[in-house]
Amino acid sequence: MTVHNIRVGESKRGDASDGALAQTVGGRLSRVDGPAKITGAAKYAVEQQLEGLAYAVLVESTIASGKVRAIDTTAVQAAPGVLQVLTPETIISLKTASDWFGTPPPDKPYCPLARDITFSGQHVAAVVAETFEQAVAAAALVKVSYDETPSIVDLSDGKAGDGIPIDAMTKEWGDAQAAFASAPVRICAAYNTPREYQAPMEPHGLIARWEGDQLTVWEPSQWLDGMARTYAEWFGVPFENVRLVSPYIGGGFGSKALALGHGAVAACAAKMLGRPVRLVMTRPQTFTGYGGRAATRQTVTIGADTQGKIQSIVHRGINETSIDGMWVEPLGSVTSIMYATPNFSSKQNVVRVNSVVPGAMRAPGENPSAFGIESAIDELAYEVGIDPLEIRLRNYAEQDPEAKKAWSTRQLREAFAVGAERFGWARRTPEPRSMRDGNQLIGWGVAAGTYPVRRAYGEAIVRILADGSVEVESSSIDMGQGTYTILAQTAAETVGVHADDVVVKLGDSHFPRAGVAGGSRLAGVMTGAVYKAAISALDQLVGLAISDPRSPFHALQANTLVVANGRIASPRGDGPDVSIAELLKSVGRDHIEATGDTMPANSTAEDRYKNYTTIAMALPHTEGDYSRHSWCAHFIEVRVDEDFGTVRVSRVVSALDSGRLYNPKLAESQWKGGIIMGIGQALLEEGIVDRRHGRIVNNNLADYLVPTNADIPDIEVISVGIPDLHSSVLGGKGVGELAIVGVAPAIANAVFHATGKRIRDLPITLEKLI
Amino acid sequence: MRDFSYLRANSLDAARQAAALPGAMLLAGGTTLIDLAKCGVAEPETLVDITHLEGLDKIEVSERGVIIGALARMGHVADHAGIRSRFPAVSEALWQAASAQIRNMATIGGNLMQRTRCPYFRDPANFSACNKREPGSGCSAIGGVTRGHAVLGTSDACIAMYPGDLAVALVAFDATVHLGERQVSVDDFFLLPGSTPNREHAIEPGEMITAIEIPGSAAARRSTYLKIRDRQSYEFAAASAAVGIEFEADGRTIRDLRVALGGVATKPWRARAVEAALIGKVWEPDTVRAASLLAVEGAVDHGANHYKIELAPRVVARAILKMGETV
Ligand SMILES: Cc1cc2nc3c(=O)[nH]c(=O)nc-3n(C[C@H](O)[C@H](O)[C@H](O)COP(=O)(O)OP(=O)(O)OC[C@H]3O[C@@H](n4cnc5c(N)ncnc54)[C@H](O)[C@@H]3O)c2cc1C
Ligand code: SF4
Repeated sequence: MTVHNIRVGESKRGDASDGALAQTVGGRLSRVDGPAKITGAAKYAVEQQLEGLAYAVLVESTIASGKVRAIDTTAVQAAPGVLQVLTPETIISLKTASDWFGTPPPDKPYCPLARDITFSGQHVAAVVAETFEQAVAAAALVKVSYDETPSIVDLSDGKAGDGIPIDAMTKEWGDAQAAFASAPVRICAAYNTPREYQAPMEPHGLIARWEGDQLTVWEPSQWLDGMARTYAEWFGVPFENVRLVSPYIGGGFGSKALALGHGAVAACAAKMLGRPVRLVMTRPQTFTGYGGRAATRQTVTIGADTQGKIQSIVHRGINETSIDGMWVEPLGSVTSIMYATPNFSSKQNVVRVNSVVPGAMRAPGENPSAFGIESAIDELAYEVGIDPLEIRLRNYAEQDPEAKKAWSTRQLREAFAVGAERFGWARRTPEPRSMRDGNQLIGWGVAAGTYPVRRAYGEAIVRILADGSVEVESSSIDMGQGTYTILAQTAAETVGVHADDVVVKLGDSHFPRAGVAGGSRLAGVMTGAVYKAAISALDQLVGLAISDPRSPFHALQANTLVVANGRIASPRGDGPDVSIAELLKSVGRDHIEATGDTMPANSTAEDRYKNYTTIAMALPHTEGDYSRHSWCAHFIEVRVDEDFGTVRVSRVVSALDSGRLYNPKLAESQWKGGIIMGIGQALLEEGIVDRRHGRIVNNNLADYLVPTNADIPDIEVISVGIPDLHSSVLGGKGVGELAIVGVAPAIANAVFHATGKRIRDLPITLEKLI
Repeated sequence: MRDFSYLRANSLDAARQAAALPGAMLLAGGTTLIDLAKCGVAEPETLVDITHLEGLDKIEVSERGVIIGALARMGHVADHAGIRSRFPAVSEALWQAASAQIRNMATIGGNLMQRTRCPYFRDPANFSACNKREPGSGCSAIGGVTRGHAVLGTSDACIAMYPGDLAVALVAFDATVHLGERQVSVDDFFLLPGSTPNREHAIEPGEMITAIEIPGSAAARRSTYLKIRDRQSYEFAAASAAVGIEFEADGRTIRDLRVALGGVATKPWRARAVEAALIGKVWEPDTVRAASLLAVEGAVDHGANHYKIELAPRVVARAILKMGETV
């Protein structure tokens, strides 16, 4: 077992763009985990080499609805290398675990293998063998017979109905219907988004090992403490008995935050067999083994005056959920805050269909919500005949229209101004089809995006070691977003050492705790926790230097000392100047250790457990006097071939307000990643269902298209944020999810400008324009 | 994937003999075969690795044309100077196919033999009906998701699209497939599905592709491959066209024209009606566009693939126009 140690100095790249100040917070330090990943030294979860490892392979349902009549495993038992066949009959019984709010679960057993089938691709059995190949071959011999019943394929299925109203999603003020009825300008349109999938490079998988009643799970995870809690509850063992290890994650995008059925299967197999068991989903299984983004439908109705000033917004949304699970994709989340309106109404239903329960995918809620409102406002601009950027400024929300509170910071006007300037928006000719280059119709579109600042708590340990280096430990994770790097920068700057001399250890649930790496909250939370721990370690260090009789500073009788570049000196420069290592040696200490957390004072042990293993304690973004959000504006150019209908994005300029950036280089990469994913969502991504079988047929990366390099132009991202201390200890807001929000509508708006065709169904594939 | 034995052939004859045994399959770059084995479609008992056979990876350009060995890699052929200058459509078809990694592994012989991307064909665990896999079992695609299926050359038994790019260029320029001593034209090598979609190629057990031969021509020299798809790279064609053109001395009258379609038919599709309508005519945009509509004569759609009938003639027209503009 290796816990990942990242030492910045060992991975020096000499990248000039790092710059002289790279090592402090706000510097452009390159990813410290990059070299390990590029050279293959980084060991991912299922790459652990364990003694006696056995291999499990899942068998999935081939019908969308019905019951398993029988599972014939005769041939399987006889196949070479087979150790165990798990079916609902043979697998050990688990307890139902609480959900991510920590709601106490019903007191009934949980079986990760299904008898009642509610979607195609549900786990029904698993085969464990000595080798992976044997397990694959044997799993193909499992014969499952079913009693099939009719299924509801998707939202457009006649049997789907209107769904279940989710009253908690209703938002209303003024009299939206009446105001709409009397508005001189009215638009109303329906916007649809399909099932989309996170498709991380690293498929979901794990190794589970039991030693007595201690469970160790090596599994890529966006939330070690939350997943450890679920495993503990399933198996009825104390939380402390479960250890999750996840030093590296090959992409999550929301899909790796929860312990899932396949994890339960592997852990059961390991327990029953008394051997460590590895289980990795195949790529097709990743399309049904957990949920992607729910398909959505929205109707946006806007009433405005002839100047384009909004009088009323009426919004109705529905999203898919599964037959027995509940997923609500909050479709009114952007609709209710982007523009000032005196009258507003938003309601949402969810519709049960025979699919896996949908899940979180980069900016759940805000992303499809923005596709609706940011397309609709563009339609309104054309209806009243004013510029799409101008109409956004005319309806600028000076405060949160829903919460009726001041924004903590909202640099959206600045984003529009800077983005428009860099893009050259003023040169746009407003008429659709008015810009072209040979066969290519050119279109320019704009759209805004936003994401709330989700705040929670974190803990960290900071140690100053005998050699003067600094060690940081936390059970938070780095799935590529840069946690290792920014925590090294935070500790380095706070203690006063080089980032080269900081070792960051993450991804082990036995480290100090952290909440979910989701909702773009981790950086703000963890820089705060490390900052606090580092301050207290520094205080101890300086305290020792001043007061310990053995310290060379003892005679100086100073009030304080300065630590910089790994050395301690008096602020005035008189007296000694020694390294941290020398000081620790002189006072006879081999290390200094401090814990820091961002929890409220007086938090109990139970609060602490809840803080880190559920999302129930997260602070609302409108808590107190302010409403906290990140903001962005995307300016996008498309080229549409007039004969072929192919859309290519040729230019992107985005201006974004994520508050203070802890590391602009990494933030820019994340923004660009979000924009790229948004381009995929706009033009390519769609889970296609066979309506007779209720099955996703493009369940692989050759047929489920995500953008390639050739699809992506140069992307210019510009930070317009200012430090927002209402949002986090060091002034940052969210980065990871913001930038995808608004990309798809900006592209759809650009396509309208290019072609005169308004596409309201994603993705915008060529047959819709031909 | 089930267990199989692996055999490395050390001579052409040994390879052919081994491949004639029941359950044996030739292994070249493996980019189709291993993939299909993972899907549970190919279940070889023996893999006969032919990649070590000497002399089968040559590219020989002469006055008559070019002979490309079956083991030449897609990437090498695409980059070959002689191919690029004399058969630009062949080079372009190759470099727009698959990804750089696949092109570095995949061979020309294997490329011709690649199988359809029909999702029902590729998922036996979920869709038992597929006449191509299991003759007489039915066709799951008809009535299902058909966006990528063929509109030309289909039958009641199968509507699977031939996905390859190279063979489209080959059929345009009258290439032949060398099966050892025997030679077959590329057009005859690929079979229509008819009532036996399981039989895709005019190749017998114990035969092996040793080379392909493309006769040189003025039309091949002035040729292009235009591939249209949703994604800019790493995707099969929504519709594609290989076009070669030769003008009379006046530089305007079309003396020779070759047109073939990809992404729309059950086999690489030579559009002879378009050729016939334009040969002898003056190259002129409206004439070209009108004639290009003949490319989809007889096309039948299955709903979601209807757009291909609109798209294919436009792709053909654009390619012919592009070749004419560079007069
Ligand atoms: C994700 C993906 C995307 C792709 N995109 C494209 C694309 O855009 N355009 C395109 O044209 N292709 C595309 N391909 C297909 C690719 O070009 C083929 O997989 C490749 O050319 C096959 O060559 P190979 O040498 O790897 O064949 P193998 O996989 O080794 O063999 C394929 C078949 O041919 C048989 N075979 C091999 N050599 C011979 C021979 N000499 N004689 C007789 N039979 C033989 C084998 O037995 C096997 O049945 C794609 C493939 C993948 C996986
Ligand atoms: S179209 Fe052909 S390959 Fe596809 S399912 Fe039907 S028979 Fe099989």
